[in-house]
Amino acid sequence: MAGVAVSTTINGDNVEYLCQPDETLLDVLRDRLGLTGSKEGCGTGDCGACSIILDDRLVCSCLVLGAEAEGRRVETIEGMAHGDTLHPLQQKFLEHAALQCGICTPGFLIAAKDLLAKNPDPTEEEIRFGLAGNLCRCTGYDKIVRAVQDAASAMKGA
Amino acid sequence: MNFDPRYSTRSFASVGTRPIRPDGVDKVTGRARYGADFNMAGQLVGRVLRSPHAHATIRKIDTSKAEKLAGVKAVITAADLPDLTDGDAAMYDILDNCMARKKALYDGHAVAAVAAVDARTARQALKLIEVDYEVLPHVVDVDEAMKHTAPLLNDAIFTEGLEEKPTRPSNITKRTQFGHGDIHEGFGQADFVVERSFKTEQTHQGYIEPHACVASVSSDGTADLWVCTQGHFVYRQHCAQLLGMEASKLRVTSSEIGGGFGGKTHVWAEPVALALSRKAGRPVKLVMTRDEVFRASGPTSATSIDVRIGARKDGTITAAEATLRYSCGPYAGMWAEIGAMTAFACYRLENVRTVGYEVLVNRPKTAAYRAPSAPMAAFAVESAVDELAKEIGMDPVEFRIRNAAQEGTRSSYGPVYGPIGIGPTLEAAKNHPHMKVPLGKNQGRGMACGFWFNFGGQTCTDLNIGMDGSVSLAVGTVDVGGSRASLSLVAAEELGIAYEQVKAVVADTSSLGYNDMTDGSRGTFSSSMATISAARNAIKILRERAAQMWDIPVDDVVWEKGHTIAKGEKYGNLAALSLREIAAASGKTGGPIAGHSELVADGAGVSFATHICDIEVDPETGATRVLRYTVVQDAGKAVHPTYVEGQYQGGAAQGIGWALNEEYIYGKDGRLQNPGFLDYRIPVCSDLPMIDTQILEIPNPNHPYGVRGVGETSIVPPLAAIANAVSNAAGVRMTHIPMSPPRILAAIVAERGG
Amino acid sequence: MVEVTLWGSLGAIAGGKSKVEIEAKDIRELFRKLAEQYPGFEPYIDRGIAVAIDGVIYRDTWSKELPQGAEIFLLPRLAGG
Ligand code: FES
Ligand code: FES
Repeated sequence: MAGVAVSTTINGDNVEYLCQPDETLLDVLRDRLGLTGSKEGCGTGDCGACSIILDDRLVCSCLVLGAEAEGRRVETIEGMAHGDTLHPLQQKFLEHAALQCGICTPGFLIAAKDLLAKNPDPTEEEIRFGLAGNLCRCTGYDKIVRAVQDAASAMKGA
Repeated sequence: MNFDPRYSTRSFASVGTRPIRPDGVDKVTGRARYGADFNMAGQLVGRVLRSPHAHATIRKIDTSKAEKLAGVKAVITAADLPDLTDGDAAMYDILDNCMARKKALYDGHAVAAVAAVDARTARQALKLIEVDYEVLPHVVDVDEAMKHTAPLLNDAIFTEGLEEKPTRPSNITKRTQFGHGDIHEGFGQADFVVERSFKTEQTHQGYIEPHACVASVSSDGTADLWVCTQGHFVYRQHCAQLLGMEASKLRVTSSEIGGGFGGKTHVWAEPVALALSRKAGRPVKLVMTRDEVFRASGPTSATSIDVRIGARKDGTITAAEATLRYSCGPYAGMWAEIGAMTAFACYRLENVRTVGYEVLVNRPKTAAYRAPSAPMAAFAVESAVDELAKEIGMDPVEFRIRNAAQEGTRSSYGPVYGPIGIGPTLEAAKNHPHMKVPLGKNQGRGMACGFWFNFGGQTCTDLNIGMDGSVSLAVGTVDVGGSRASLSLVAAEELGIAYEQVKAVVADTSSLGYNDMTDGSRGTFSSSMATISAARNAIKILRERAAQMWDIPVDDVVWEKGHTIAKGEKYGNLAALSLREIAAASGKTGGPIAGHSELVADGAGVSFATHICDIEVDPETGATRVLRYTVVQDAGKAVHPTYVEGQYQGGAAQGIGWALNEEYIYGKDGRLQNPGFLDYRIPVCSDLPMIDTQILEIPNPNHPYGVRGVGETSIVPPLAAIANAVSNAAGVRMTHIPMSPPRILAAIVAERGG
Repeated sequence: MVEVTLWGSLGAIAGGKSKVEIEAKDIRELFRKLAEQYPGFEPYIDRGIAVAIDGVIYRDTWSKELPQGAEIFLLPRLAGG
């Protein structure tokens, strides 16, 4: 099968790659580009561990083809911090211990970033429904919700 | 080594604080490397062919077409993993589970595997493997499997533990019994007796990270294995034994682990990946799909349990009895046995008897899941306890307090308890504000208790002090939820230095002595004990070095708050030496300074919890909503309270999923119908409320800081607590877990006489 | 001489006894003598038996001494999560 040449923007950088027409964007990120921060928990769109932002839309990268990234903007967990400075969500996740094993964390951070971009002052219920596409088996979500609440107020203050 | 593990009262500087974990930044930036995040140059992709049949004889496997496909570098079957287990039955079962030999015993059982240049070629190759199956009748239900007429999984199995030797083979591998006193006499004294039967369905640990490994076998017989596991030392032993290697030639590195909960205590794919790499002569990466994780790894037992409890009018339990039947998958296990031991562990009973039956079924091999076997037994017992309280007319909390085990009580599984926390957790629950929140229409409150043993075990730890006075701590238990933070706190505490001065890492199998599996909530308990011991050994050396620097006898040097101090008037003007100063001089006082510890951490204190929850039931649909949830649990001593809370909340959430939703659903053909997160639905954020926690600290007398394991007990009470709440809300006793909407609705309809 | 209490299933192998008397100073000697007196115990010992001494469970410390008059209880060795 012939490869598809793709030219795209990932975390602000221009990136070009060749991929198979049936290859998912998640596989491209992880296996071709070495961006293993996005995780594969299911490969079927059910766990959110592979969450990325594609042109301002939160998507499961396991459900997007690598070829579909052509000419678009991709944001992954690797681009969330600014150099040495963590994003407020990352900082609050650490402070609240909103991660135990941490495998779900990149997906939650991306989903929470998207949530706060659209709704800077969410209620607890809005957070819970906004993050309902991301599975976490370790925390029971309590500390994740608190971290997002705290980050939202920190970001409003900033 | 004269390490004294006994508890003594003390105040803490570091332990009990809540610093940020050392591996935190890597985990929020995506840099942390989990099982599937590692690659080697020239690596191949491994894939496993799995049986579509629940039970079938494998007549023949023809791999020739697959081998000829361009890009395929190795194809293996059971023939490539010869039996080297030398009569070790448990190891043979592990081998057979990794790769079916004569029979496929469940839907998803591995029968062959390939390694190819890429995933697509590997998938194509699997399709070219021809397996000639003779499909056999199967059985997946635990009660069905016990019948004489049930299809036999293994005709060499005769039930162990019966008074008379059985003459026919059976799916029941073992009968076990625990208890004391005379239950007939006990029931004779009872004014009230409750007797009920319960069922629970099979669930999966549901870790979000699928099993993943990279194996690389060299032609000189050495090998490397990178893998997500709860016990890399145990994986090394098992893999080495199954592949006929020397353990020391196989280096196993544990990656960051994306959840395990007991499910990553068994090898599945790793020996296969090693065998593929050996045959192909190249590294092989093998990552399970979610479908494979559900079909072939994990699950708990499905159970069927009968309980009978009798009490006097005054609320004293006079006798308690349970018969527990647990599915083991196709291989012998001790799951019912654990259920039988834990069932009545919360209570002070004069007459108690439990009997367990281990039952083979055509389902995946049962694996431990957080306090394995205890939640199902607690569901049955705590449901009956609630019902009995109701019949007597007592408050369920009061009834439990009245019968709670205490120090000196003979436990239902045998030994006499030391200081324990069941009474205090019940008292705390009774006084908790949660108990006073008013309930609305269709809402019910439930509570339940739970018990887990907690383990200790073999542990090895190295504590190395750098020339700059910073401390690196190498541990061999895997960090499943923040233990590097906790152990750094312990090292800082013992040395009297700042938390930031310590960096803990999980060492690979070539860098440290053997460590048991990180299971049974032993991680923090055992490794903290070993860390304390290692730190004390290092302090001894630090004192010797200071004595040299000062040129005074070592007996006059004491260690206090990270410094050596010269004791006595005559040393009046000697300024205290800090750890940093001693470390800086170490090159001239005898070389590197380190403390090591190899020990068997015994005396892990048992732990108890009481949970309270409020549930609303929609009587029209049977749907439920968790309104409020509170966990009260004894931690002995919470080293890092935030992570202790996290363990409480996580266990409760898993229990809630188990109680209300999660179950393996098999079709008539014995195939698993819901091997994915869409149809096997674990709780999501919007399903749950905040989970309130209360940590009690009843020191474990057998740990210097009083630590007990905390990881597992929290999954024990939820099934029962929720069942009691649902039963109270719906006005009908629920006896089958999970209490999915159809089951609740059916129970309500039946109760209405509809 | 120490008195050792057996759990239900082990008792059956010891001819229905729930307690046995053994002359043993530590866990190692206890297992050795038990295996001598009750050959049926051997597979259980191989699989792993934990020993509770005055309520504290020892899984692997074979050198652990058995104090006179202590309550000694044998238990199956468990698996955990
Ligand atoms: S891996 Fe994409 S949603 Fe699970
Ligand atoms: S922290 Fe483990 S899955 Fe969320």
